[in-house]
Amino acid sequence: MSAVLEVAGLSKSFGGVKAVSDVSFSLAAGELLALIGPNGAGKTTCFNMLMGQLRPDTGTIKLAGRDIAGLAPRRIWRLGVGRTFQITATFASMSVRENVQMALLSHHRRLLSLFADAGSQYIDDAMALLTLVGMEAQAERPCGVLAYGDLKRVELAVALANNPKLLLMDEPTAGMAPRERIALMELTARIVKERGISVLFTEHDMDVVFAHADRIFVLNRGRLLAEGTPQQVRDNALVQETYLGSGAMFADGGQ
Amino acid sequence: MTAAPTADNGTPPLEFFLSQLLTGLASASALFLVACGLTIIFGVTRIVNFAHGSFYMLGAYIAYSAITALGGGFFGFWGGVILAALAAGLIGVAMEMTILRRIYHAPELFQLLATFGVVLIVQDVALYLWGPEDLLGPRAPGLTGAVAMGSQRIPEYDIFLILFAPLVLGVLWLLFHRTRFGILVRAATQDRQMVAALGVNQKWLLTGVFFLGAALAGLGGAIQLPKGNAGLTMDLGIIAEVFVVTVVGGMGSILGAYLAALLIALIRVFAVANAGSSLLGIQLWQVELVLIFAVMAVVLVVRPWGLLGKRETLTGHHGAVEPPLLAAPAALKWFALAVLALLVALPGMAGTYSLVIATEILIFALFAASLHFLMGVGGVISFGHAAYFGLGAYGAALMVKHFAWPMEAALFAAPLGGALGALIFGWFCVRLSGVYLAMLTLAFAQIAWAVAFQWIDVTGGDNGILGIWPSSWAATTPAFYGLVLVVVIVMLLAIRRIAFSPFGYALRAGRDSPLRADAIGIDVRRMRWFAFTLAGLFAGVAGGLFAFLKGSVSPDLMGIPLSVDALVMVLLGGVQTLAGPLVGAVTFTALKTELVSLTNYWRLLLGLVIVGLVIAFPQGIAGFVRDRFMAKETRA
Ligand SMILES: Nc1ncnc2c1ncn2[C@@H]1O[C@H](COP(=O)(O)OP(=O)(O)O)[C@@H](O)[C@H]1O
Ligand SMILES: [Mg+2]
Repeated sequence: MSAVLEVAGLSKSFGGVKAVSDVSFSLAAGELLALIGPNGAGKTTCFNMLMGQLRPDTGTIKLAGRDIAGLAPRRIWRLGVGRTFQITATFASMSVRENVQMALLSHHRRLLSLFADAGSQYIDDAMALLTLVGMEAQAERPCGVLAYGDLKRVELAVALANNPKLLLMDEPTAGMAPRERIALMELTARIVKERGISVLFTEHDMDVVFAHADRIFVLNRGRLLAEGTPQQVRDNALVQETYLGSGAMFADGGQ
Repeated sequence: MTAAPTADNGTPPLEFFLSQLLTGLASASALFLVACGLTIIFGVTRIVNFAHGSFYMLGAYIAYSAITALGGGFFGFWGGVILAALAAGLIGVAMEMTILRRIYHAPELFQLLATFGVVLIVQDVALYLWGPEDLLGPRAPGLTGAVAMGSQRIPEYDIFLILFAPLVLGVLWLLFHRTRFGILVRAATQDRQMVAALGVNQKWLLTGVFFLGAALAGLGGAIQLPKGNAGLTMDLGIIAEVFVVTVVGGMGSILGAYLAALLIALIRVFAVANAGSSLLGIQLWQVELVLIFAVMAVVLVVRPWGLLGKRETLTGHHGAVEPPLLAAPAALKWFALAVLALLVALPGMAGTYSLVIATEILIFALFAASLHFLMGVGGVISFGHAAYFGLGAYGAALMVKHFAWPMEAALFAAPLGGALGALIFGWFCVRLSGVYLAMLTLAFAQIAWAVAFQWIDVTGGDNGILGIWPSSWAATTPAFYGLVLVVVIVMLLAIRRIAFSPFGYALRAGRDSPLRADAIGIDVRRMRWFAFTLAGLFAGVAGGLFAFLKGSVSPDLMGIPLSVDALVMVLLGGVQTLAGPLVGAVTFTALKTELVSLTNYWRLLLGLVIVGLVIAFPQGIAGFVRDRFMAKETRA
């Protein structure tokens, strides 16, 4: 089976700070890969390079064999990559349903349509996606007034709108209560397994990570520290010594 | 283009070129002083001070009066210059303490508007104190001679000016590196958080910075006096160039301002030295301004943060989150129908004068709505929207004058003119964001203005084009009113439709969250570019109608004041609602018409109104109304 995503020698520095250095990994179809590491390890920077928000200094990023390093986010999205942000990014002046409709309009290349009524396009598709993430009851509320956990669900629905083959989720459960976290990750795991989507996600809650990740990838100061199945990572002496022992891994929340 | 630089009197080209170069460098000095004042103020306060040109103008006037009062002579002259700088500085302090202090946290646009209110106020105060005639500047005692350079003679005062700019640069360097005040200013420029951490001192630091910046502008006005006049058009005349210098040099960079001022001087020299050469039949000296702005455009495309500016991470939005854009509720639709019925019935009820005013209001409503579409829906602030209004007007007028097109055909040229201009200028503008973008739109409007002003053969220059009358069926006031009513309503409905179309949504998406928009396949820059073009198209329609209403066009139609009028209309009505610009156009046009009929000093009153509104409602009137009344609704 060929890899959906193949990353080799990825590096990025800001001024003198090496945020990510020489990171390589690959992701198979339908696989859930967790990227873990303390705050400032370079996880978000990795996501930003994968989705095109940042241009890598070096390295290649192959999506189904095609190098996408340095492409604009909107192009990468058209190639079938969806993303949720660590700090949610939604359209505050639109309702929940309209947020999803916006992504659908873009997916169907209707953005330059000048005279159609946007609010009545792809309503059914949008509602189906919202039902999938359990947000159908709040479809008509403005995104600006939602609770943080609900925004994360909206982001998931938006990210699924273009039938992605790869989903990048940067701390999808940050800011949620523990019960909500587990529920959202279970939901995500179910959806992606059904649809055969590959997922790369970061997460601070180790219970969530060990429960859902097929493989785990540990980042420390921009470098790959360890990689393997949850069991292998749990047993890895280096990881234990560096993190699990110190409790740093369990530090909650984003930066 | 390729002709060697020669002068009529057979001077060797090199000498001629050198003397032109020195003249250019001399003229760069005043520009540098004003620009570096603006850039220092911006660095610390983040306010783009439109009134900076007014300090420059006041500096010239005050220097004139002070030198006259002191009776000239060496001490009279230099004493007058110093007094003028100090007085301008104190006026800057007064402005900072009475107005700006109250609006440091208001959105940028409101700050810009308040400073423009000050421009209007100062214009009328200067008119009152010094009269409408230009005052010829006194010469500088001891520097009235000239130095021979080959066959050319270089005025001594030019040499003084050339040396003066680097001298000021050196003094400023010492100030910023050797004094506590200067070190604080630098720290505050580099780190905004620093200013807040300064606590009580912060107030005085900001006031001090305003004094320094305004005094530099006043000094600039005073030292250019021996080479020119003190006149009422100096303020807006210099401000666009000052914007160019600060943006090209890099906002907040003094050395950058100096380099940019030199660059502009060199372009001048090039244009003058090539006088007689032509490009596409246009004399090069005529396109001097165009060249300057073209250089700016190139610099900004390559280095959007300017020559020596620091790249800023430009966040997409400032201020509060925009509320949802909702279709009007049923009650409002009925109200709109009632207004429409009234408008249709108006010719039967109103006299000719009222009907002309009503026609003008309708046209401005469309103009304001086009700007609102760009700002409210697209989140793109234009400070030069009059350019597209004017291009529409000229588009129609040129067809009538040069090709004898009838009104019906010419009215189709208008939107094309507006859209084409916006397509070209917009391509550059959408590469920037925030105040940089706003300043660039203003600069482009000045290009359009300069072309209309200077390309006399085609545009009639200052006089404009006369005799643009409607076809006979639309020649009566009621008939033309009817035509305008129909066109404007169709256009407003189209704008409304577009705002709720997928394109309108995509624009709003880019405004709300550029990050998310990009991550779902929306090319935000391209959307903004199209929005810019569409806004230009609609503004062009309004301009075309306006040309036929007035029977003429003139460069004023592209001037800064008209751009600001449109902004005031949009802000009066509120950026958040689609009906806002209509309300704003009615209120503003009625207010201005009333003020103009009331007094010669209507600018003063209008300026006071603008400043008062911004201070009273720093989040805009609609924002105020929303917070006041809508809050109840959401709670209920
Ligand atoms: N835009 C940026 N400019 C400068 N430094 C950055 C930027 N983004 C991230 N960094 C730095 O890169 C390092 C990695 O950050 P990040 O990728 O956000 O870590 P994580 O997501 O793992 O918490 C940190 O030291 C951070 O300060
Ligand atoms: Mg992160």
